[in-house]
Amino acid sequence: MRIAVASGKGGTGKTTVALGLAMVAEAVTLVDCDVEEPDDHIFLGGRGDLVEEVTIPVVRVDETACTLCGECARVCAYGAIAVLKDQVMVVDEMCHGCGACGIVCPVDAIFEERRRIGEVWLRERGGIHLYTGFLDVGQPLATPIITRLKALVGREGLLIYDSPPGTACPVVETVRDADHCILVTEPTPFGLFDLTMAVDMIRELDVPFDVVVNRDRDDFPDMDDYLRAEGIQVLMRIPDSMEIARLYSRGVHFVEEMPEWRERFSDLLVKVIGGGVR
Amino acid sequence: MTVKRLLVMSGKGGTGKTTVVASFAALADRPVMADCDVDAPDLHLVLDPDLVSSHIYHGLKVAQVDHELCTLCGTCVSTCRFDAISEDVHVDAIGCEGCGACVLVCPEIAITMAERVTGEVYSSTTRFGPMAHARLRAGEEASGKLVMEVRKLADDMAKETGRTLEIIDGPPGIGCPAISALSGVDALLIVAEPTLSGRQGMERVVGLAQHFNIPAMAVVNRSDLNQVEATTIEQWCRGQDVRVMDRLPYDDAATDAMIAGTTVVEHGEGPLAKALRTLWNDVCVALDNYCQEVKG
Repeated sequence: MRIAVASGKGGTGKTTVALGLAMVAEAVTLVDCDVEEPDDHIFLGGRGDLVEEVTIPVVRVDETACTLCGECARVCAYGAIAVLKDQVMVVDEMCHGCGACGIVCPVDAIFEERRRIGEVWLRERGGIHLYTGFLDVGQPLATPIITRLKALVGREGLLIYDSPPGTACPVVETVRDADHCILVTEPTPFGLFDLTMAVDMIRELDVPFDVVVNRDRDDFPDMDDYLRAEGIQVLMRIPDSMEIARLYSRGVHFVEEMPEWRERFSDLLVKVIGGGVR
Repeated sequence: MTVKRLLVMSGKGGTGKTTVVASFAALADRPVMADCDVDAPDLHLVLDPDLVSSHIYHGLKVAQVDHELCTLCGTCVSTCRFDAISEDVHVDAIGCEGCGACVLVCPEIAITMAERVTGEVYSSTTRFGPMAHARLRAGEEASGKLVMEVRKLADDMAKETGRTLEIIDGPPGIGCPAISALSGVDALLIVAEPTLSGRQGMERVVGLAQHFNIPAMAVVNRSDLNQVEATTIEQWCRGQDVRVMDRLPYDDAATDAMIAGTTVVEHGEGPLAKALRTLWNDVCVALDNYCQEVKG
């Protein structure tokens, strides 16, 4: 079964929930898909061992064959190719490796190389296999690393995907094939607005979902009003607690220090798994 | 008149970027605001903008198959690098990156590229000045392009109103939207959180700023949460030539102001409001210096 943990707003507690679930599971593959800012490994004692470098194809031009006709630049949807007076320039970071330029080149002057954009690491601790994707600093394309992570971990057993924040393409890539999604929010105006965007996205993807409210406090009733009106189930509420926040700041998950929460995360996991596989 | 552009980013989400930007907007002299967190935009919730105009933004296109013409030959299926065309030649709009390679290889000319709505761009006014913002359609690609669109709009607003300061609320992360937000700014203020995750997030943003050669400042928010970690972050920053600003305290006023729909500095004069005023003064001085260094 595949469970995605997403949020809309950043910093609401995706990692807290994903890790909490992983820590109470008997055997689990935790996949940190927030490849721009992965942090699950911080709570599990490090990133572990390098599994592979992630590469994507990038276009190169054989200057001895090229006639500078400009067809490649014309078809490139990403503006990655510029044909100058005496050479063709490729902006590597903008190339999506789609192959369109190679199709139109009349003299077969275009070939491809592989270009590194990040890494995948594996950390094993207890029953947890943590796969972490790291986007290289300066590289724009996060999604191919998420795609690669998913190919590496396969589809067997219990899989938990820790999603990036927001609702853009890396989030969709993370969440789209999940059996169930947990949206983590906080009861503030920012939390609520970003939750509504996340709910729109997840409904479009047609993935069953419910909500965990983190840093729960009682001075923002609009959140519960919204959840009630939309018929969204709240699976768990984590209180706004300085103790939990301080543990987190040191890289310690509160499940490890507060036994009552181990039980509550076990209940949460049972509830989510009870929803079944799509 | 040259325009100064200040971007606020964090790496890790939820460290308080928007809270800081909103108070800067209230304190600044005739600013233009831009919210570049297009898939989780929140600045409008405290700046309460009046919409002046909006336009639909079309980013990348999407392949469309005419099934009357399609012979199911499968050439497009094997050509697509993004596995976005199924065996029975249906396009998965979410997977399609709009490259058009399928159009080029289809022998029946059965595929065309259709416009797709990436999001909406809004031009608004607020009590502090004009504001450029946007909303990404759920799950769309090209959030980086939408960020560029917001940046362009903010530049136009500055020109039209003769304003010389842009305050830009950035997206989390270091990928495509973050890089778009960073392009052409004069300085970056990183809002860090005194946690191990926050430190790592910030280190990656500092790396990004160095990669693009943009001067960076850093401020630790909610510093009371972990003073030891706050110190570690600041020491690391100094070693990287990142200017360290005076810490911001943990203060419920951040959430209270948000719930009241206003900025922290308008909401009251507590410890956070005071610290934000000091921060803004210090950032202004630093920003002026950075801009002069470039000129000189």
